[in-house]
Amino acid sequence: MAPSIAVENLNPKVLKCEYAVRGEIVIHAQRLQQQLQNQPGSLPFDELCRPPFLFLPSQILYCNIGNPQSLGQQPVTFFREVLALCDHPCLLEKEETKSLFSADAISRAKQILATIPGRATGAYSHSQGIKGLRDAIAAGISTRDGFPANADDIFITDGASPGVHMMMQLLIRNEKDGILCPIPQYPLYSASIALHGGALVPYYLDEKTGWGLEISDLKKQLEDARSKGIDVRALVVINPGNPTGQVLAEDNQCDIVKFCKNEGLILLADEVYQENIYVDNKKFNSFKKIARSMGYGEDDLPLVSFQSVSKGYYGECGKRGGYMEITGFSAPVREQIYKVASVNLCSNITGQILASLVMNPPKVGDESYASYKAEKDGILQSLARRAKALEDAFNNLEGISCNKAEGAMYLFPQIRLPQKAIEAAKAANKAPDAFYALRLLESTGIVVVPGSGFGQVPGTWHIRCTILPQEEKIPAVITRFKAFHEAFMAEYRD
Amino acid sequence: MARKPLDYEELNENVKKVQYAVRGELYLRASELQKEGKKIIFTNVGNPHALGQKPLTFPRQVVALCQAPFLLDDPNVGLIFPADAIARAKHYLAMAPGGLGAYSDSRGIPGVRKEVADFIQKRDGYPSDPELIYLTDGASKGVMQILNTIIRNERDGILVPVPQYPLYSAAISLFGGALVPYYLEEEANWGLDFVNIRQSVAEARSKGITVRAMVIINPGNPTGQCLSEATIKELLQFCYHENLVLLADEVYQQNIYQDERPFISARKVLFDMGPPLSREVQLVSFHTVSKGYWGECGQRGGYFEMTNLPPKTVDEIYKVASIALSPNVPGQIFMGLMVNPPKPGDISYLKFAAERLSIPPLKLLTVKSILESLRKRAHMMTDGFNSCRNVVCNFTEGAMYSFPQIRLPPRAIEAAKRAGKAPDVFYCLKLLEATGISTVPGSGFGQKEGVFHLRTTILPAEEDFPAIMSSFKNFNDSFMQQYEGYSRM
Repeated sequence: MAPSIAVENLNPKVLKCEYAVRGEIVIHAQRLQQQLQNQPGSLPFDELCRPPFLFLPSQILYCNIGNPQSLGQQPVTFFREVLALCDHPCLLEKEETKSLFSADAISRAKQILATIPGRATGAYSHSQGIKGLRDAIAAGISTRDGFPANADDIFITDGASPGVHMMMQLLIRNEKDGILCPIPQYPLYSASIALHGGALVPYYLDEKTGWGLEISDLKKQLEDARSKGIDVRALVVINPGNPTGQVLAEDNQCDIVKFCKNEGLILLADEVYQENIYVDNKKFNSFKKIARSMGYGEDDLPLVSFQSVSKGYYGECGKRGGYMEITGFSAPVREQIYKVASVNLCSNITGQILASLVMNPPKVGDESYASYKAEKDGILQSLARRAKALEDAFNNLEGISCNKAEGAMYLFPQIRLPQKAIEAAKAANKAPDAFYALRLLESTGIVVVPGSGFGQVPGTWHIRCTILPQEEKIPAVITRFKAFHEAFMAEYRD
Repeated sequence: MARKPLDYEELNENVKKVQYAVRGELYLRASELQKEGKKIIFTNVGNPHALGQKPLTFPRQVVALCQAPFLLDDPNVGLIFPADAIARAKHYLAMAPGGLGAYSDSRGIPGVRKEVADFIQKRDGYPSDPELIYLTDGASKGVMQILNTIIRNERDGILVPVPQYPLYSAAISLFGGALVPYYLEEEANWGLDFVNIRQSVAEARSKGITVRAMVIINPGNPTGQCLSEATIKELLQFCYHENLVLLADEVYQQNIYQDERPFISARKVLFDMGPPLSREVQLVSFHTVSKGYWGECGQRGGYFEMTNLPPKTVDEIYKVASIALSPNVPGQIFMGLMVNPPKPGDISYLKFAAERLSIPPLKLLTVKSILESLRKRAHMMTDGFNSCRNVVCNFTEGAMYSFPQIRLPPRAIEAAKRAGKAPDVFYCLKLLEATGISTVPGSGFGQKEGVFHLRTTILPAEEDFPAIMSSFKNFNDSFMQQYEGYSRM
């Protein structure tokens, strides 16, 4: 008897969606890692990670995913102190705790626990997240932007991704509902749109102008889609960009806001990299701040801002903390969003607490401020140096051009693959950039994601590589990459 | 004026169809009243810690150490953490490169999945493969993932018990499938009626529905019944013959309040039956850290285990899991600790067992465990409801809820209609306003036409029970007095 649940009769939307960040190349890397564990030395590359790391070193270097702490980045001490105390509040009653934890971590933990009914961190909370924590987040947003924020507009979620899914679910009714997405994009968007059965309407970022966004192109794509009968409902903007790393200029942002207003689109602003800025001539402005500065009030423009605890200088991916701030939505619609959130009851409490800490970190005068600031600056400055070092290294290689990473955590170099390589890829039944990435993995152990996973102008090839390996490893990474690339080009050069 | 994308009319219809009464109208009204200063007893959701149950110490110690590994380097750490908690924290940190702050494998940390597999093996006596166990942010996310994988369109039907925990109806609505109800028999202690099940399937098929899966909740929610081995066998035979995948929600497996029907997993029964069923019937089993005697709802820790699913299907499920990157790592550690708790001989064992037994460690003679206490509360609540006018209540054999039937007089039903409310919603709102007791109307779970219930939990503290039941009785009896107009005594 045919099994009830087989690939042939699965939800076709599941079959259609793709997510390259943990796709084919990564699965292959995990197999190689297993092989290395069983037969050390069986592959051509040495360990790129050596002690004195506390945790088991990986011989495969995962540069495919923005997962800083897996590559040795240390968490912010103050945040972990507060979380540990909230996880085990009994500690607050012990004298010895004062010698193990900083005083302001102790008082922040007490303050947070006071906002949790019964101090019960093990209980389901309000489905939007604990009110006191949302107040702290709203205060943080307000301080950041200079415009008020409301705790009722905030939905704390298990990472930013569930918030994105909720919005796609709300907006996509059928395959004629379209969402404008940047190409290249973080493939959560394409995957989510596919899962919800909608249409992805691409707008191309311009590699030649540092991945700039042209409103004229946006308009053209929109009209094109409409002429095909697509009802375009929202515009996704990722700022700072992923994989592209550009930070939008203010006037660009104003144009985008105006565009959304004129065309009746919801602005979905993925702002998870807001604290990862590496250039002095740009700064992060939230779209809400821009909209309010332009004079658009609450009711003028539906806008969703996504933030996460996974990025920035805190890099707490494993906690699954994040929120979406929704403004400009009518009460009946907000009820629907609340209803969908309530089916999952609530997001994890640790992640909620962390979201409130990230948006409300130690301030000047706090006991932990100096060490917190040192940790934060250390991480961000190191990220900036690594971004530059890798960017320069890529640009020095034959046939590779790499735009600057102004922000986020990635480089997205373009690789001009020789015709022979493209043909070899075809013969191996792989996209050319996947072929390149696979060869890179097998020769060096470095795992990147092929550009086709993010979208790119047809006929161009890219890879996305994170800037996250520890700084002392970067020279070795560059050396190995260079050696591989030169050998590859020697093999396939026209 | 042109339609805007987020006008209510322009929303996804499937979203609009979703109902989730557990945090619906009654809960929102209760929250309003609470803000106005009224004392509310929230019995709408299985949330033990919110009603005073204390977290177990050992897991909190371990996770706190994992959160702040710098503590492990401090020479004084042994003063406030026992040695086995320290060792266990190191054990989990070694499994999780990058610690709590890194995305793990999208399926969950392999070492924790191995602990889950070992637990299942010990429980059932059959080996379990960690590769087929996926950790999730709570069991609910796992249920959603699996249903989303199965449901292709509005003609795909899922058999769901009525009454059911409304996650299932909500998820089916969201994914655009068809809910095929099978009614549990209230007069037979909420037992399964296979005649009714077959009828439901036949009816659905005659409407062009392809029935793909069957949900069982064992122990039941809201109904609390524990399935016998014979019933589970019959269920598996049924699924085999009708080509259905069985979705076994077993999150309350630790909450058993009678001795006649201990918990037995669907997987164990399946393997006991041997081939061909054991090799062919597709099964997904769900579990959580939110229930049992742990009650760690806020951690969002859960897993599902797949049995007899083809590898390509598993690949697709993995693919969707990877889009969410990974389940939260602290929740994963809670799951590891739950399936692999302190053992006799461990330093923390005495304290852990005592907490589980809900008594000071040195007073082991008076046995009054969390589970014992829940059993007692289950009895108190059932008896309390049965002593009320027009209220009939089956015993809560397991899980955390009581689901009494309220026989509403015709005049009450008319009053409800005039107020624009479903009769049980009307009753529950009045109960809330009179007593502060926040329940969920039975319509939120499904019930037979014209039969009304409410769901409450058995979780309020034992010492609060007499007052709560007396408050309920006073309200109920005067409500019945009001709408019946005469006393039957």
